[in-house]
Amino acid sequence: MEKKSTEQLQEVASQVRRDILRMVHQVQSGHPGASLGCTEFFTALYFDQMKHDKNFNMKGKNEDLFFLSNGHISPVWYSVLARSGYFPIAEMSTFRKLNSRLQGHPATEENLPGIRIASGSLGQGLSVAIGAAQAKKIDGDDRLVYVMMGDGEQEEGQIWEAAMYAAHWKVDNLIATIDLNRQQIDGPTKEIMDLIDLRAKYESFGWEVIDTLQGNNMESVLIGLEKAKNLTGQGKPILNLLHTEMGYGVDFMVGTHKWHGIAPNDQQLADALAQLPETLGDY
Amino acid sequence: MEKTLDLKFNYTDKKDTRSGFGDGLLEAGRKNPNVVGLCADLIGSLKMGAFQKEFPERFFQTGIAEANMIGIAAGLCISGKIPFTGTFANFSTGRVYDQIRQSVAYSDKNVKICASHAGLTLGEDGATHQILEDLGMMKMLPHMTVINPCDYNQTKAATMAIAEHEGPVYLRFGRPVWPIFTPADQKFEIGKAWKMIDGKDVTIFATGHLVWEAVIAEAMLREEGISAEVINIHTIKPLDEEAILESVAKTGCAVSAEEHQYNGGLGDSIAQTLIRNNPAPLEYVGVDDSFGESGTPTQLLEKYGLNAANIVKAAKKALARK
Repeated sequence: MEKKSTEQLQEVASQVRRDILRMVHQVQSGHPGASLGCTEFFTALYFDQMKHDKNFNMKGKNEDLFFLSNGHISPVWYSVLARSGYFPIAEMSTFRKLNSRLQGHPATEENLPGIRIASGSLGQGLSVAIGAAQAKKIDGDDRLVYVMMGDGEQEEGQIWEAAMYAAHWKVDNLIATIDLNRQQIDGPTKEIMDLIDLRAKYESFGWEVIDTLQGNNMESVLIGLEKAKNLTGQGKPILNLLHTEMGYGVDFMVGTHKWHGIAPNDQQLADALAQLPETLGDY
Repeated sequence: MEKTLDLKFNYTDKKDTRSGFGDGLLEAGRKNPNVVGLCADLIGSLKMGAFQKEFPERFFQTGIAEANMIGIAAGLCISGKIPFTGTFANFSTGRVYDQIRQSVAYSDKNVKICASHAGLTLGEDGATHQILEDLGMMKMLPHMTVINPCDYNQTKAATMAIAEHEGPVYLRFGRPVWPIFTPADQKFEIGKAWKMIDGKDVTIFATGHLVWEAVIAEAMLREEGISAEVINIHTIKPLDEEAILESVAKTGCAVSAEEHQYNGGLGDSIAQTLIRNNPAPLEYVGVDDSFGESGTPTQLLEKYGLNAANIVKAAKKALARK
């Protein structure tokens, strides 16, 4: 794939946001909030950072691998996969419908290209990514493994089992990213279950931690991912704290947990799409 | 009692089935470089030490963190590794059910969940560790194969066989030293029941440690003029329905014997098969909706009715219902 400029990546992101909103609107179901908040990150990964092959192969040898632990933000992942050429963009119209490969939460059962494991029940993706990263080490495959988690998801105990393990086993070919939007279904994380200082928590577990303070700025996301990549191979797993705003890109959705799992109605969709240029053509 | 009986199968040695797992894993590891091991702080109990020593680069100590172990195993599968996870049956199933359900079964990952210390024969540790629900939990999961071998040799053969089988497997074995009465060179065929003893009056379907009790029960019944067929159901899922129906078509009644709850166990699987094809009397030998307790394995099997004497009683009951 030809290297895209930051502007071109921003254009892709605008289309991805349209895809997210149209998918969720069409079936009146799904999770637009954090999908919109992570759009720059997913676009940067799939259109710039990762070495990956749209001709999907489950084993992914000599490719960078990506795992999504907070599976409910499937719309953003499906969009970047389709826009990368893993499957036809028209298939996005089947999202969450009967007999679709685009299940509500990502799954392998229907063989959707790009998906390597089911996720949705939270807390499991970090362990899976660590296992995949260790397999790469056994195989002498020097590509990286990426995993995204939610911040609310950090409340699951398995995450901390995995965090301890990754440092102990020096899984330094792994870049974990936490979508730090500080919201969960029932409200702000600070009120539901205060995460306090995730940097301190992970550092004390033996991780190398970086902050991407502007997680909705493409330039900043790219710099953060480059920085993370440069820290690999030094004996420590890497955590990228991606500071985002839920619902970013649509003025009436931004910064609130209200749109965590709510679909826009017809008028809201129209208002939202009016803010997002159709850069690559709607599906 | 067993010494005076004319048994159709005999033993010269006794060993724990978990050792069959440990030895089978080592051989599987030697045959296939993709075999990897994981253990949650029970390497000695699971007999995984020899594998760890020979293949340190393919072995992962996870600490006391079973949920993470299942996830790591699922991740290792992606590039084609064949992970064998080891911990007690209780922590291999109930504790990590959702991890197995989503990351292994639903994702169809080639993880071998190897579970020791299953059932009452764990003995003195008591009910917290004596899981009697694991077969039911595991067989309910789509894609999952469920295997419960009967002695050291069969467990070793099963361990090597599952390494060559593509797909998630639950392999259940135990701690007690138990007679080795099946051949060392047996070929283990997943999903294929083994008719060990021919009979015509009643069929005894047994799994795990209770296969040995079924062998004793057959001899006891024979002394009373009752001809029992003994079938070793080492694979609970997929169940060899053909073998079950063929035997019951001949004998007309059956007993199931297992170290598990009635609910969800082998007996339930056989009952489903019979009721849908050829309804016939079936008596259960197993644990009737209760937890276990501390005691020696022999004491517990006697107290909960999981022995040859009780299989004999159940067989007579089934015969009377014909």
